Amino acid sequence: MFRFIVRRLLQLIPTLFGLSLLLFIWLRRLPGGPETAILGERGTPEMRAAIRRNMGLDEPILVQYGRFVRRMIKLDLGTSTSTKRAVTTEFIERFPGTVELTITAMIIAIGVGIPLGYLAARRRGRFLDHASVGGSLIGICIPVFFLGYVLKAIFSENLHWFPSSGRQDPTLGATRVTNFFVLDGLMTREWDAAADALWHLVLPSIALASIPLAIIVRITRASVLEVLNEDFVRTAEAKGLTQQTVRRRHVLRNAMLPVATSIGLLAGGLLSGAVLTETVFAFSGIGAFVAEAIGQRDYPVLMGFILIIAVVYVLVNLLVDLSYSFIDPRVRVR
Amino acid sequence: MRAPRPKVAIAAIAVAALAVAGCAESNRDDKSGGSKKDTLVFGVAGDPKVLDPSFASDGESLRVARQVFETLVRPEEGGTKVTPGLAESWTPDAAGTTWTFKLRSGVKFHDGTDFNAEAVCVNFNRWYNAKGLMQSPDVTAYWQDVMGGFAKNENADLPPSLFKSCAAKDATTVDLSFTRVSSKIPAALMLPSFSIHSPKALQEFDASNVAGTAEDIKYPAYATEHPTGTGPFKFKTWDVANKTLTLERNEDYSGAKAKLKTLIFKTISDENARKQALRSGDIQGYDLVGPADVEPLKSEGFNMLTRPAFNVLYLAMNQKGNPKLADIRVRQAIAYALNRQQLVTSKLPPGAKVADNFMPDTVEGWNGDVTKYTYDPAKAKALLAEAGASNLTLKFHYPTEVTRPYMPNPKDIFELLSADLKAVGITVEAIPLKWSPDYLNATTSGSKHDIHFLGWTGDYGDAYNFIGTFFDRPKDEWGFNNKALFDQFKDADSTADIAARTEKYKALNKSVMEFLPGVPISHSPPAIVFGKDVTGVKASPLTDERYATAEFK
Repeated sequence: MFRFIVRRLLQLIPTLFGLSLLLFIWLRRLPGGPETAILGERGTPEMRAAIRRNMGLDEPILVQYGRFVRRMIKLDLGTSTSTKRAVTTEFIERFPGTVELTITAMIIAIGVGIPLGYLAARRRGRFLDHASVGGSLIGICIPVFFLGYVLKAIFSENLHWFPSSGRQDPTLGATRVTNFFVLDGLMTREWDAAADALWHLVLPSIALASIPLAIIVRITRASVLEVLNEDFVRTAEAKGLTQQTVRRRHVLRNAMLPVATSIGLLAGGLLSGAVLTETVFAFSGIGAFVAEAIGQRDYPVLMGFILIIAVVYVLVNLLVDLSYSFIDPRVRVR
Repeated sequence: MRAPRPKVAIAAIAVAALAVAGCAESNRDDKSGGSKKDTLVFGVAGDPKVLDPSFASDGESLRVARQVFETLVRPEEGGTKVTPGLAESWTPDAAGTTWTFKLRSGVKFHDGTDFNAEAVCVNFNRWYNAKGLMQSPDVTAYWQDVMGGFAKNENADLPPSLFKSCAAKDATTVDLSFTRVSSKIPAALMLPSFSIHSPKALQEFDASNVAGTAEDIKYPAYATEHPTGTGPFKFKTWDVANKTLTLERNEDYSGAKAKLKTLIFKTISDENARKQALRSGDIQGYDLVGPADVEPLKSEGFNMLTRPAFNVLYLAMNQKGNPKLADIRVRQAIAYALNRQQLVTSKLPPGAKVADNFMPDTVEGWNGDVTKYTYDPAKAKALLAEAGASNLTLKFHYPTEVTRPYMPNPKDIFELLSADLKAVGITVEAIPLKWSPDYLNATTSGSKHDIHFLGWTGDYGDAYNFIGTFFDRPKDEWGFNNKALFDQFKDADSTADIAARTEKYKALNKSVMEFLPGVPISHSPPAIVFGKDVTGVKASPLTDERYATAEFK
C-alpha cells in the first residue's frame, strides 16, 4: 500500500506541471490584465503600461513561466495583485472555511443520502421511494444560489433562526488558532464561539449539500436495488442469516462501492458549488475568492489556488481509493 | 476485516474533541462580549486592500482610513467644502505656491506620540522621497494623481512633482511648498491618501519598505497590521478568515469621542446578501444599496440616507474611432436624440438629475448657463441630414456585470439610449463587454470604439477633478485634440486666486458643452442604509461618512 501511495503522489508532479502550463497560457490569453482591474476608470493607457511593465507582463510568456516555476519550486506562490497579500497567506486564511463548509455539507449529504437511498430501495414503489426520488430530482434541479436565497429569506430574514452571512458573529471576538472556527472554539474552550460557528454553517451547508445529497440518494438506491437481486443475497437469506445481517454485511457493503466512488467525485465538485454558496452567504472561503480573482485577473491567486485545489482533489481521490479496501476486502491495493 | 461501526466513529470523534479541547490559549478580550448597543457591524462590498491609505485607492481601504486617520484639511460634514482637519487654518503666500498650515495642538497619535509640524513633514517627505516600487502607479495612485512625480523619478514617463518641500516652522506651523500654482491645493489634501501617520510607527514597522519584485510587490507589516493615526477609532484586528475588520474607540481622541465602542466592517460582496443580512439583524447598516431596494427598505423603517450626487454618467463619443463623430453636427444630433429625462425618471434612483455639465452642481465652477441639449429628435434628424450622416452606424459599447454609483443597471441604460438613437435613424451595433478589464480597456485605450457610456465619482470638491480628468489633454477615450481647450485648462489650473479660478472653470464648462466631446447624462445620488435604531451618521457626497457620530437610539 505504501508503494501505491508514493506512486500516486509522484503522479502529481507531471499533472501539476501540465496543469500549471495550461493555466498560465490560458490566463494570459484572456483579454485585459490585472492593470485595468487595479486602476478602474481612473487608469490612463500610460499608467496601465507602467503597471504591466512593473509586473513583468510585457515579457515573453515563457520567461514569465520560467520565473513562476522557479518561485513554485521554492513553494512561493507570489502575492495577490488585488489584495496585496501573499497567496499562501490568503489560502491559509480562506481554505479552512471551505473545508468546514464542504465537510459539513458532505456529512449532511452522506448522513441523509445513504439511509434515504437505502430505505427508498427497500420500499421500492412505495411512498418513501417516490418521495425521495422526486425530492432528489428537485434537489438536482434547484440552483444552489437560489436555494441559498430562499433558505435565508425563510430562516434568517423572517424567522431569525439562523444568521444569513459570514462564518461567525464578529462581536464575539473569537480567538483564531487554525482558522477552522469550530475547532478553534473547542481548542480555546470558547464554547460559544464554536457553537456560533456551527450555527453559521447550517444554512450554507444545507444549500451546498442539496445536489450531492440528491445524487447520493439516487446512486445508493440504484446500487442497493442491484445488489438485492444478486445471487449471494439470496444464498445468504437461504442459509438462514437474519435480515439485519444480510442487509448490513452483504447488501449495504457491496452497494457502497459505487457510492464511495461518487462521493470522491462529488467532494471535488463541492468546490465549484462552494463558489456560489460562499458568495450568497458571504462565507469566507476559497470559492468566492477564486471567483473574484477571475474578475480581477489576479494571476497569482488563480494559479496558486487552482494548483492547490488540484492537489487536494488528487489527495481526496487517493483517500477514496484507499477506502475501497476497507469497504471491500477483495479490492486490495498493491 | 470488519467495517468500522458508527459507535466506534462517534467515540473516536468524542476522544478527538476532548483531546483538542483547551489545547490552545484563548486571547479573547472579556469586554468584547459587552452590550451590542455600542457595537455597529456595517456591511461593505469588499475587503480593504491595504490599511496604509498612502498605498490605497479603493473605496473600502479609504473608508477604514477615514475612521483611523485624519488629514490636514477635511470635507465639511455632508458636503465637499474644505474645512479644518488637523490644521486649524491655512493660507497661501502671494505667489500661491507656499501654503502655511496652522496645526491643532494637543493631538496625539494612537501610539501616544505627539502630532506636530515635524510629523507632517515626515509624512510628506516619505511620499515625496518614495523609491523603487513605491513609485509604481498601483502603489501610490493618489499621490501620482495629485502630485505627479517624486523627488527622483525612476521612470521617464513620470511628470515632475508638484510637491516641493515641507518646512516645520514651529510645533504648530508647517509650510508646504509646491513647484507651481495648482487648483488641486488645498482640496486634494482632503484625500485619505494624505492622512498623517505616526512617525514613530512608520519607522518601527518599516512602513516605506515596499519590497519584493516588481511583479510580486510585498507590503510592509505597517500597511496590513499597524495603521497608526490620530482618528476617533483605533485599528484592532483584521480577521480575513471571517471577512471582518474591527476598530475600537480611541479613548484619547482630541475631539468629540466616538459614541460607539466598537465598529466592525463586515465584507458581504453580494448586494442581495447585504440586504438579507440587514433584515436578519446580522449587520446594522450597509453601503451600495441597489436603487430598487431604496424604497422598500425605507418603507420597512430602515434609516436610508441619500448622498448628495457627486458623480456623472456620460456618453462618450470617440472622434478617432468614427470620423463622422468629428463633425460637431453629428455630436449635437446625438445629444438632441437622447431622452435623458426619461432615463433619469425610469432607470435611476430617486433624486437623480439630468446633467448639464460634466460635473455636479455641488462643485464650485458649475455653470447653469451652458448650451443645453434638450430632447428634440426632429432637430437631431435635421442635423444628421445636414452633416450627410443620415445612415450613420455606430458601434455602441456597454458594460456587463457591473453596478456603479452612477449607473446601477448598465444594460437598461444601454437599451434606452440605443432606442433613442435608433429613433433618429442611427444604426446601433451593440458591443457588450465585461466591465473589468475588458470594457475599460476597450473604451479608454485604442481607437476602435465609437460611443460608450462611463462615469466618474469625484475624489474631492474640485472642478479639475471632474472636467480636467476628462478633457485636459488628448485621450483615447474621446479621440480629439483641441489645443485651445487644453490651454484653457492649463490657465484655470494655474490661477491662484480662488474666485478668479472658479470663473475660469465656469467658462470651461461652457466651452466643453459647446465643443460637446460627449453628452453628460445624469448625476445619481447613491444611498447608504442603517438599521432602524441607528442614528447620527450624515451621508457625504465624498463617501466621507463619520461613524464616530453613529449611535443606537
